[in-house]
Amino acid sequence: MLQVNNLRKAYGGLVAVDDVSLTLAPGQLLGLLGPNGAGKTTTVSMIAGLLTPDRGDVMVNGERMHGDTNPLKRRIGLVPQDLALYDELCPTDNLRFFGGLYGMRGDALAVAIKNVLELVGLADRARDAVKNFSGGMKRRLNLAAGLLHDPDILMLDEPTVGVDPQSRNAIFENLEFLKSRGKALLYTTHYMEEVERMADRVVVIDHGKVIANNTLAGLLASVPPKPGEQPSLEAVFLTLTGRNLRD
Amino acid sequence: MGLIALRAMVRKDLQLFFSDRKAVIMSFAAPILIASFFGSIFGSAGSTNAGGIPIMVADQDNGVISRSIVAAIKADKTLGVTLTTPDSARESVRKGAVSVSVIIPAGFGDAAGLAFFNGQNKPELDLVYDPSRTAELGMVRGMLMGHVIEAVSKEVFTGSRGGVLADQSLKQLDASDMPADQKQRLRDVLNATRNLEQGNATNGTAVGAPGMSTPYSVKEEPGMANPLAGYNPYAHSFAGMGVQFLLFAAIDLGIGILLERQRGLWKRLRSAPLSKGALLGGKALSGMLITLMTLLVSFTFAIVVFKVRVTGSVPGFLMVAVATALMASNFGLLIAALGRTPGATRGVSILATLMMVMLGGAWIPTFFFPAWLQKATVVVPTRWAIDGIDAMTWRGVGLSGAVLPTAVLLGFAALFGGLAVWQFRWEES
Ligand SMILES: Nc1ncnc2c1ncn2[C@@H]1O[C@H](COP(=O)(O)OP(=O)(O)O)[C@@H](O)[C@H]1O
Ligand SMILES: [Mg+2]
Repeated sequence: MLQVNNLRKAYGGLVAVDDVSLTLAPGQLLGLLGPNGAGKTTTVSMIAGLLTPDRGDVMVNGERMHGDTNPLKRRIGLVPQDLALYDELCPTDNLRFFGGLYGMRGDALAVAIKNVLELVGLADRARDAVKNFSGGMKRRLNLAAGLLHDPDILMLDEPTVGVDPQSRNAIFENLEFLKSRGKALLYTTHYMEEVERMADRVVVIDHGKVIANNTLAGLLASVPPKPGEQPSLEAVFLTLTGRNLRD
Repeated sequence: MGLIALRAMVRKDLQLFFSDRKAVIMSFAAPILIASFFGSIFGSAGSTNAGGIPIMVADQDNGVISRSIVAAIKADKTLGVTLTTPDSARESVRKGAVSVSVIIPAGFGDAAGLAFFNGQNKPELDLVYDPSRTAELGMVRGMLMGHVIEAVSKEVFTGSRGGVLADQSLKQLDASDMPADQKQRLRDVLNATRNLEQGNATNGTAVGAPGMSTPYSVKEEPGMANPLAGYNPYAHSFAGMGVQFLLFAAIDLGIGILLERQRGLWKRLRSAPLSKGALLGGKALSGMLITLMTLLVSFTFAIVVFKVRVTGSVPGFLMVAVATALMASNFGLLIAALGRTPGATRGVSILATLMMVMLGGAWIPTFFFPAWLQKATVVVPTRWAIDGIDAMTWRGVGLSGAVLPTAVLLGFAALFGGLAVWQFRWEES
C-alpha cells in the first residue's frame, strides 16, 4: 500500500534522512523507532508531502506521489507531532475546517465528524473550546483530525506525548480498531513498550539511517540478550543506537 | 473542491477573528475611538474661527491712533480680543492661554503716522506668539496689517493728529537733502493733507475720505466638485484610522500564519491536496474580508454619528476600499513570508505600519507636509488609500477619481503578493 524508496533529505550540511526505505501493508502497524533527532519526523513529513525529498520517492498503491494537489494525498492521513489544533475553536469547528481542506461538506462532513469524535471519545465535548481540554483530550482530537477524511494510510508522529495513561490506552484501542479495519499505520515513537505492544514490524532509524527493519520477533532474536537478562526491545534498541545522550 | 477548501479557510479565519475578543475590539472600537478624537480636534481647530482667535492686546501707547487700532481689531469677528497689560499679555502666551499677544508700544501711533508719509523709522508692533501655533500667528499678522493701515491712514488724512503729523513731516522734508523737484511734489501732497484736515475741523463735516482700506472684499467658496461635498474632519480621520487599523488586522493575519506554522497547523494544511496558490489565496481572501470589514464598520459609524458622507462615488469608494483591503491582506502574507517568530515579527511590522500610515497622512493630513515630502510619499500605499477615500468622501470627486488610487493600490497588492509567494517557506518539518 505504501512504499518508500531511498528517501534522503539534508538541511544544509546536515543529512537528516539518509536512504530510508520501508513498506507498509494494509492492516499493518509499522513502528518507526529512533532516538530524538533520528529523522523520524523528517521521514513522515516527506511521505505526507510537506517536504520535498532530495532523492527517493513515495509510492501509494504503486503510484508515485508527487505535487501539491496529487489526489493520492487524500489516501494519507497525518497526525502531527505537534497538537495541530485551533485552541480557540471547538472540536466540531476544527474538524469542519480540516474536512473542508479535503473537499468534504454538508451531511457527509457532519457524519464523519460525529463518527471520529465518537471514536476518540469526545462526542460529548464537541462544542467546547479546545483550549480548555487536557493534554490527553487534545491528543485524541489530533488523532481524530487525521482520520476525518477516512485515509487508508495513517501516519502518527509520536501521538502519545504528554498523555495520561487513560488517554494513551484509548488511543491504542483506536489504533487496534483501525488496524482491524485494514488501515495501514506508520507510528513513530521512542517509547519501546508502545512498539512492543502494537507493532507488526519495526524500523529502527538513527542519524537518518535505517539500522534495522524486521518483525518484532525477528528484531528481538537478532540481538542475543546478555546472560541472565530477558530479551527486550529496549536492550536491542540501546545496543543498536548506543548509549550516548541525544538531547 | 478548491472552492470548498477556500470557503472552509475563510470561514475558519472569520471564526478565529471573532473568537478573539481583543482582536475584535482592536479592529472595531479602537479606530472609531481614535478617529473620533482626531476628527474632533481637526473639527474644533476649524471652528475656533467662528468664536474668533483669542488674542491679548496691551496698548501702551494709548494715543488717538492706537485707540482706533484697538477699536478696529475688537470689532473684527475673527479675533477674540482681551485688553490687558504687557506683562500679562506675554504671560498668557507663555502659559498657552492664547497663541498671540499684541503689544502696542508707547509712541506707536505718531511714529506710524510719520512713517506713513516718509517710509522711514517705522515703529515696531510687538507680536508675542506661541511657537507651537505659528499658523495663528500668520492669521493675526494678516488681520492686524489691514486694521493698522486703515486706522493710521484715516487718522493721517482726516483725524485730529493728521495736521500735526503733516506739519512735522513738512519740517523734516525741508531739512532733508532730497532733490528740489521731488521735495516740491511731496510738499504738495502734505499741504493737501493738511488742508483736508483743517477743512474738516472748521466745517465740522468729514470729507468722504475715510482713509485707506483693503480695496476688496472676499467671497469664499469651498473648491468642491459636488455641491453636497464639504470638509468633514471626521471623513479624513476615519479614513486615516480606518486604514491604520485595517493594516493592523492584516498584521494579525500574517502573525496568524506564523502561529499556525509554529503550532503545526500549517502541516495539516499542507498535507491536504491543495495547491500553494489555494492556500495563500484563501488567506488573502479571508484577510481581505476581515480588513474590509474593519474599514466599513468604522465608516458606518462615521456616517451615522458624524454625518460623514460619500459625496463622490459610492462604487468608487468601494473600489478604493476593496483595493486597500487587498493591498493590506497581501501585506499580511508578506509579513508571514518574511517573518520568523511571531513576537519579533509583530514588533517590526507594527513599526513598518506606523511609518506607512504616518507618511500616508493618517495622523496629520499630507497637506501639512513640506512639498518634497508630499511628493515623496506617493511611494507609500497608504497615501493612495487615504487620498482615494478622501476624494470619494468629503472632496466629492466622481468615480474617475477612484481609478488611479485603485489601480495603484492593486499594483501594491500585486507587488506584496508576488514578494510573499516568492519568499514563502513551503517546506514543513
Ligand atoms: N527545518 C530544519 N532545519 C534544520 N535542521 C532540521 C530541521 N528540521 C529538523 N532538523 C534536524 O534534522 C534532524 C532530524 O530531525 P527530526 O526528523 O525532527 O527527528 P526526530 O523526529 O526523529 O526527532 C535533527 O538533527 C534536526 O535537528
Ligand atoms: Mg520528531
